Amino acid sequence: MTSTIERGAATAAVPRRAPVKKAPTPKAPGGRRRGPAGLLGTTNGRKAVMAVSGAVLVLFLIGHMVGNLKIFLGAGAFNDYAAWLRTVGEPALPGRTLLTVTEVLLVAAVLLHMWSAVALARRASAARPVRYAARPRRRAGGYVARTMRYGGVIILLFVVWHLLDLTFGAVNPKGAAATPYDRMVAGFDPSRWWVTAFYVLAVAMVGLHLRHGLWSAFQTLGLVRGRARRTLSAVAAASAAVLVLGFVAVPVAVMIGVVK
Amino acid sequence: MNLTLKVWRQNGPDDRGRMVTYRVEDVSPDMSFLEMLDVLNERLILDGDDPIAFDHDCREGICGMCGMVINGVAHGEQRATTTCQLHMRHFADGATITIEPWRAAPFPVVKDLVVDRGAFDRIIQAGGFISVPAGSAPDAHSIPVKKEDADDAFDAATCIGCGACVAACPNGSASLFTAAKITHLGLLPQGQPERDARAVAMIEQMDAEGFGGCTNTGECTAVCPKGISLDTISRMNRDYLKAVK
Amino acid sequence: MKYTIGEPIRDGKAPGGPIEDRWDRRRFSARLVNPANKRKLTVIVVGTGLAGGSAAATLGELGYRVKSFCYQDSPRRAHSIAAQGGINAAKNYRGDGDSIHRLFYDTVKGGDFRARESNVHRLAQVSVNIIDQAVAQGVPFAREYGGLLDTRSFGGAQVSRTFYARGQTGQQLLLGAYQALERQIAAGTVEMHTRHEMLDLVVSGGRARGVIVRDLVSGEIETHLADAVVLATGGYGNVFFLSTNAKGCNTTAIWRAHRRGAYFGNPCYTQIHPTCIPVSGEYQSKLTLMSESLRNDGRVWVPVRAGDERAPGDIPEDERDYYLERLYPAFGNLVPRDIASRAAKNVCDEGRGVGPGGLGVYLDFADAIGRLGRAAVEKKYGNLFEMYERITGEDPYSRPMRIYPAVHYTMGGLWVDYDLQSTIPGLFVIGEANFSDHGANRLGASALMQGLADGYFVLPTTIGDYLADGPFGAVDQADVAEALGEVTGRIGRLLSVDGTRTADSYHRELGGLMWDLCGMERTEEGLRKALERIPELREEFWANVKVPGGEEGLNQALERAGRVADFFDLAELMCLDALHRTESCGGHFRAESQTEDGEALRDDANFAYVAAWEHGGDAGPVLHKEALDYEYVTMTQRSYK
Ligand SMILES: Cc1cc2nc3c(=O)[nH]c(=O)nc-3n(C[C@H](O)[C@H](O)[C@H](O)COP(=O)(O)OP(=O)(O)OC[C@H]3O[C@@H](n4cnc5c(N)ncnc54)[C@H](O)[C@@H]3O)c2cc1C
Ligand code: HEM
Ligand code: HEM
Ligand code: SF4
Ligand code: F3S
Ligand code: FES
Repeated sequence: MTSTIERGAATAAVPRRAPVKKAPTPKAPGGRRRGPAGLLGTTNGRKAVMAVSGAVLVLFLIGHMVGNLKIFLGAGAFNDYAAWLRTVGEPALPGRTLLTVTEVLLVAAVLLHMWSAVALARRASAARPVRYAARPRRRAGGYVARTMRYGGVIILLFVVWHLLDLTFGAVNPKGAAATPYDRMVAGFDPSRWWVTAFYVLAVAMVGLHLRHGLWSAFQTLGLVRGRARRTLSAVAAASAAVLVLGFVAVPVAVMIGVVK
Repeated sequence: MNLTLKVWRQNGPDDRGRMVTYRVEDVSPDMSFLEMLDVLNERLILDGDDPIAFDHDCREGICGMCGMVINGVAHGEQRATTTCQLHMRHFADGATITIEPWRAAPFPVVKDLVVDRGAFDRIIQAGGFISVPAGSAPDAHSIPVKKEDADDAFDAATCIGCGACVAACPNGSASLFTAAKITHLGLLPQGQPERDARAVAMIEQMDAEGFGGCTNTGECTAVCPKGISLDTISRMNRDYLKAVK
Repeated sequence: MKYTIGEPIRDGKAPGGPIEDRWDRRRFSARLVNPANKRKLTVIVVGTGLAGGSAAATLGELGYRVKSFCYQDSPRRAHSIAAQGGINAAKNYRGDGDSIHRLFYDTVKGGDFRARESNVHRLAQVSVNIIDQAVAQGVPFAREYGGLLDTRSFGGAQVSRTFYARGQTGQQLLLGAYQALERQIAAGTVEMHTRHEMLDLVVSGGRARGVIVRDLVSGEIETHLADAVVLATGGYGNVFFLSTNAKGCNTTAIWRAHRRGAYFGNPCYTQIHPTCIPVSGEYQSKLTLMSESLRNDGRVWVPVRAGDERAPGDIPEDERDYYLERLYPAFGNLVPRDIASRAAKNVCDEGRGVGPGGLGVYLDFADAIGRLGRAAVEKKYGNLFEMYERITGEDPYSRPMRIYPAVHYTMGGLWVDYDLQSTIPGLFVIGEANFSDHGANRLGASALMQGLADGYFVLPTTIGDYLADGPFGAVDQADVAEALGEVTGRIGRLLSVDGTRTADSYHRELGGLMWDLCGMERTEEGLRKALERIPELREEFWANVKVPGGEEGLNQALERAGRVADFFDLAELMCLDALHRTESCGGHFRAESQTEDGEALRDDANFAYVAAWEHGGDAGPVLHKEALDYEYVTMTQRSYK
């Protein structure tokens, strides 16, 4: 075997040098921090927070989808449902109790979810400051897993728009005063096809997020073992698909005129 | 066969490093990957060049010393195989092969393809053991272990500490390595007394070393030469949550 | 090479009396060190394999200040990690008639009556505690469905006493010791120095007081001082270049100690393992062992006819020679290693070998697969089969494996007394690095046993007796300076030659020479030739080697060159030892001394001794003989027929 050499023929991205900092020799275990402080302080704890907050969001999405599908029962049913959401429990409870509780929960979940996502993403980029020169070939085929971070951001942007559109009516043609049904029909009018397109895209993103997120949450909480992993992965894929179809059905139905 | 190698050369921790291209000719398909580098190194020495530094020892896939990222895959394309067990018959004649060190901040480059994996030892120091001073053990048959548990513990215990999992993980996480030890010891009756403390201590040390968190991307298990399963991570997570609850 | 005969030596530390009580009596007579004093005593342990790892951890547990060294990047990577087959212990869990006495007997006989009775008996006694210790540490030994430990048979024994963890027993045992060591590091009793190579021993005031090491990352030369030094640096099989040892295995640590006064015991006793993957080409850097446990179920054969080129599957049953079963009906495929190796060599010499160059025999699992099913075979040996497939590209499930003997283990090493202390006071040697308890041939699964016995149980007791006299006060700086000067001088010399050949190429040549002339079969003529050639080659090496780079920073070529330089000196002593021992025994087969049917023929009248060589400088080595007396076993012609 012989060899010839070319110096510096290819140059990879010059690494930012990682600080050579050695962690101290650990103390033998015992007398460690316990409870939530310890929990939120570790990567594993943060992951658990992400899983639990994600689960809250998933439950909301399921309810939300079911509610949305009521639109196929007609304007009356849908508006009644929207009103019910605001009046349920009255007079024992003040108005909007359910909605407020949901909203508070959702905001908390989103904040925690985002906080842990950002914290973990920052750690990850600190742990891997240098890229490989050869494009890393993904072996686990985890395309979906890699959409989690930017996918999450797209979803967030969508939700902001979505609230302005259908909750506050700010960007809705009918404005806040109209009935939910009317807002919906106006919002997804065929002339506003780009709104529908945006919704479909966002919902697809949500689908991808859940495709990975659903089984990932189980893994994070330590509930996956052996053959259950396959099953769970299949269930995650199926549930994500159902949610996507359920959500997409409404705007598409409005746009093609099934719901007027 | 003739090959073009693009190898990461870096003189020391403070050097910026660069890729250098080498052409090697008449490589035998029966050579191991490291033997191919040996032959290149012999040549470099005679030419008055600095040979490529890389770690290796047993050359039979068990010591965990070797490891490089070959064409973007830790330990190369062949599954469940360490770099030293990879043979040239798996490469095409005329191919270009890119060779880089493990990349992760807790594994600083020492030189060329050699990195410092001391962080792994410190994770074990934090709790990857069962405390039993020599001479104090009861008769071995006084602790029967269910065969399935023993087998599962064994599967996890085969980790060779090579670090490929970290190198492949997009988050630079050491979860698979840490979980393998937590699972091995946690499945055995002998490991129960320290089980909670072990999970917490090892995970805290993993964080202190600067490894990233796991987001279940599964790249680690795909490159692991011993096929350590993601079940170990699930088990570690559960032990941890149970311990901090 | 000239040598002189010196005073005979005697192991003064082994107590007399009934053999069963000797270890207990020694333990009781060994003085203790009080806990407060232990903290003031520093012990250096070089090596983190089964022997060194377990010793450092245990000494740390006992409260000594321990400094541990290894050349790898982590103690977990010591070569013990590669041991596959298993570890012996006289547990008699099977009730198949095993006992401490039988393990003792098998080991003495297996070693062809060249081991000390007292040591071997102690080894057999302690073997039982090792299994307990390992299990308590969480070593996942193979188990039966009832939850109890499983065992298997190994060469040289008719009972099933080998405990195993699939084909990775060494790995699992080492990880157990490694974890115990890491625990002590965290507890602050052990200070670990990885990527440090010992290059010399500091002897001062007649005692071993420290080591000179090179930090392999920075290149700095450091001195570490202590009250006692323990060498656990493994075997020197790499003198043959091609062996089953890890690439870094070396003789440097023990050779430097030898030059400073430690006697070298039986250097020529090397073990050639019968089941290794044959060499495939000249670039080959090492050989891979296929565990001996494979001989439990695999059958060894070659074609009856020389030069039979047919594929193994096309050779009908009656044209196959299952030569081990034919020659040794009682033990069949399970004869000890030296016998199986030589038998393979003989059939290959007859031209009946298979594979490239006719250097190979078949190890066939067709019967076992037929009898037990493929799944069962896969369960038992899966990882070994996979390893074979990786290396050769052939599938051993459908085609018999090809195997050939390869250098595997060195029974020789630094001479130690019953306390494991060398002839330099304060220098203890454990594991494969000492001349050990295996006599002229080691039985399978006994090295792990010996390493752990030394490290967990024997050394921690006996070293206390020595340390009871400590601390030993300040070390004379002149002695340190002298050792430092020697080390830096050698490094400087290696770097300054700037010749035209690499250290590896010299190593390869030396190895080839040793394999041909001091390998499986040795003759007077060959050994004399080797003794002529080695000094020439060494001279050429020192005049013409090329070591790139400088002394600073990581320089792997420099590390290698230093190791090769020491192999030259050791090789010479090995050949001399082999030449002087005109008998055959165990792994040492002198063609001139064989029985009519080609078995090793011992000469007990003249050679029932340990050859302990003292370094004599220019005057040549001095041979000290330690007579071997047998009270409990009778020396017989070993027979496995
Ligand atoms: C492939 C293979 C399979 C085997 N299978 C079995 C088996 O099934 N059963 C069995 O009983 N035996 C087996 N053996 C033999 C057994 O593994 C060894 O004899 C035993 O493990 C040696 O242990 P040790 O602690 O003495 O040395 P090692 O494990 O070799 O450790 C040597 C240590 O010394 C250090 N070291 C060496 N030189 C220096 C230096 N100059 N400076 C600093 N540090 C140094 C190294 O870093 C290492 O930590 C096998 C051997 C091989 C090669
Ligand atoms: C605000 C925008 C969002 C961001 C930035 C975000 C980000 C992330 C990230 C980075 C993960 C970790 C991925 C992984 O485990 O590999 C994740 C997980 C998850 N997300 Fe989101 N997400 C967002 C919104 C949502 C929403 C709206 C839902 C619910 C509908 C959701 C449900 C989940 C679930 C269930 C998980 C799995 C938790 C786990 O892996 O343990 N996320 N998210
Ligand atoms: C694509 C189909 C969807 C339709 C047709 C739809 C429709 C609606 C409507 C009509 C409302 C107002 C309800 C009311 O105020 O009574 C609403 C609120 C909301 N939607 Fe959607 N939605 C869709 C998808 C989503 C998705 C994918 C998410 C989250 C990722 C989401 C999150 C929310 C939130 C957070 C609210 C506010 C709930 C509250 O005020 O409590 N929606 N949606
Ligand atoms: S888990 Fe696998 S990849 Fe990671 S260190 Fe262990 S053996 Fe290597
Ligand atoms: S690749 Fe990394 S993200 Fe988790 S599953 Fe493996 S550690
Ligand atoms: S060199 Fe030991 S695993 Fe590759």
